[in-house]
Amino acid sequence: MGSNAIRVMVAKPGLDGHDRGAKVIAYALRDAGMEVVYTGLRHSPEEIVNAAMQEDVDAVGLSILSGAHLPLTEKVIAGLAAAGQDKEIAVFVGGTIPERDVAALKKMGVAGVFPTGTPLNEIVPAIKDAVAARRGAGA
Amino acid sequence: MARELETEKSGAGTASAETSQNGADQAFAGAERRWRERVASRDIPTAKTSSGLELDVLYTPQSLRDSDPLTDIGLPGDYPFTRGVQPTMHRGRLWTMRQYSGFATPKESNERYRWLLEQGQTGISVALDLPTQLGLDSDDPLAADDVGRVGVAVDTLADMEILFEGIPLDRISTSFTINATASILLAMYLAVAERQGVPSAKVTGTTQNDILKEYVSRGTWIFPPEPSLRLIVDTIEHCLKHAPRFNPISVAGAHFHDAGATVVQDLAYTLSDGITYVQRCIDRGLKVDEFASLISFFFYTHNDFFEEIAKYRAGRRLWARLMKERFGARDPRAQMFRFGVVCGGSTLTAQQPQNNIVRVAYQALASVLGGVQSMFTAAWDEPFAIPTEQTAELALRTQQVLAYETGVSNVADPLGGSYYVEALTDRVEREARAIIDRIEKLGGMVPCIQSGLIQKEIAAEAYRYQKRVESGEQIVIGVNRFVRPEPERRLELYQADTAAAVRQRESLARVRATRDSKRVAAALAALREAARGSENLMPLISEAVKAYASVGEICGVLRQEFGTFKEPVGL
Repeated sequence: MGSNAIRVMVAKPGLDGHDRGAKVIAYALRDAGMEVVYTGLRHSPEEIVNAAMQEDVDAVGLSILSGAHLPLTEKVIAGLAAAGQDKEIAVFVGGTIPERDVAALKKMGVAGVFPTGTPLNEIVPAIKDAVAARRGAGA
Repeated sequence: MARELETEKSGAGTASAETSQNGADQAFAGAERRWRERVASRDIPTAKTSSGLELDVLYTPQSLRDSDPLTDIGLPGDYPFTRGVQPTMHRGRLWTMRQYSGFATPKESNERYRWLLEQGQTGISVALDLPTQLGLDSDDPLAADDVGRVGVAVDTLADMEILFEGIPLDRISTSFTINATASILLAMYLAVAERQGVPSAKVTGTTQNDILKEYVSRGTWIFPPEPSLRLIVDTIEHCLKHAPRFNPISVAGAHFHDAGATVVQDLAYTLSDGITYVQRCIDRGLKVDEFASLISFFFYTHNDFFEEIAKYRAGRRLWARLMKERFGARDPRAQMFRFGVVCGGSTLTAQQPQNNIVRVAYQALASVLGGVQSMFTAAWDEPFAIPTEQTAELALRTQQVLAYETGVSNVADPLGGSYYVEALTDRVEREARAIIDRIEKLGGMVPCIQSGLIQKEIAAEAYRYQKRVESGEQIVIGVNRFVRPEPERRLELYQADTAAAVRQRESLARVRATRDSKRVAAALAALREAARGSENLMPLISEAVKAYASVGEICGVLRQEFGTFKEPVGL
């Protein structure tokens, strides 16, 4: 692994406390060879942006089941942009996401949306590809 | 007939009843042996329950050799309640149909409750929004994106008054899924009843009020375990004195199960939490025969039909035994494991979502056969959003068809005596007891939660399950079997009313502007003082509530005095 391993932060923004999905994803990414940080519950978008920079991650996965995915994601992306990190850190969103909101999330700059029921074998390569593309662009 | 003949031959007409019984048993054992030999040569696949318990292909009287018909199985309404808590079960009284519901502001939710009651729902189940559950007012910046979203916003008593307008609290029972702020919501509910002219002694319902499982799997904790447990015992003591028909706590396995715990873990962790609460009440000086009947339970029924039924039957017996043997409860009501269920949750799939209607219906049947007291059947669109009026109605109808068309309510515990169900009940009880004993050796649930042990066990199980689904070992229809390309979805989903948060903040501002601010300040100061000591906080919370102090203000005081829980986040 070493320094080349993809570093991912799995985060729970907002007040939602359902973290089964977040933990399952975290385990799966770790098993796929990534270095995974899990924030725990109830972090504000600002805290998540700061932690992502501090941990120097390649990607942030937001897990949201409360229906508040649009405003929360928007704030995280805006925070990363304000810190000049939106090109460095890919943002993914998973959880109870109705299909009608997928396009809106992508338009905000989300690299991938994984609604309830997305298999792990779609999520892992999607993160790998997005990070590889960003690292390639930065190199 | 053949059995009679055989006995007669061997007994030569002089055999006592006992030897003829032995002869019959031997004849059966012989037949079963031959049957097993025949079957052994066939290549039948192995089978396990969802908890991984290995299953025989057939259960017979041999399976119940160690089970006593009276002391292990018994009769409904009698200790150890394996067959149900009421003597006549659902023929005497159907389960309560209680659909979890609440959204936007109290006005919209009140309309939904009245509509559900008109549709034949028999109790109310209030879904509160996350800010209310976490002790934040609707105008708190931290609450900004969550007001009125997964439930209704309740800031002050004024909201609770609107929520129950036109709903007679002497006749309708209400269940609140509320935990860290349960004491405040309970005080509000009793105050609204009082205003309706209903004395507290007549009020029925439940607050979930089970903080331990929040630390593990639902996440709406605020304070550390010790002050949280104090508040819970305060509510139990308060109800014992003033609202004895109200269940101040519903110990919930639901969220363990939905987070990934197996049926066996689910039952064991829940009863371990129950043990903790009972012990804390005893430590306070309450008498087990008086308070224990106020405790009820709450679970998710998932897909393993017979294992779920066994969970409820084993749960009743195990709880009764724990209450009697460990805590010396003598009053049958203090030994009873009464429970409500949710059908749906994490078993529902986004793929081919209407399959969820079928899943929920089977889960509801399992719950009824397990002897349920109240039930919430989730709507099939739950994987996407909170339900629309149409999907909520179908979910309620699912229970009504079961109750009124299928005849399942006619006979108490219709599966009692089934070789398989009794054997599985025994097994689930044994396995759960082993986990309970292990937790005891580690010092009980509180240290096991503080160290993150229970959280890790559940997450590991959730991950194992997901891998089984992805490998195809665990079949999920529409997900890994009988999959077809999903059509472009044209679901009519509930759309959150974003203006609701604005209206809620405005109404909170009106309350703040018109209430007696001196009375509020005095009530909050008195609460702060009392929080530093050890007296029961319920009377002080009630006074603050009646002064129209907000959930956020009351919680703010307690947060300052009690501090907040530090979540163990290791993976």
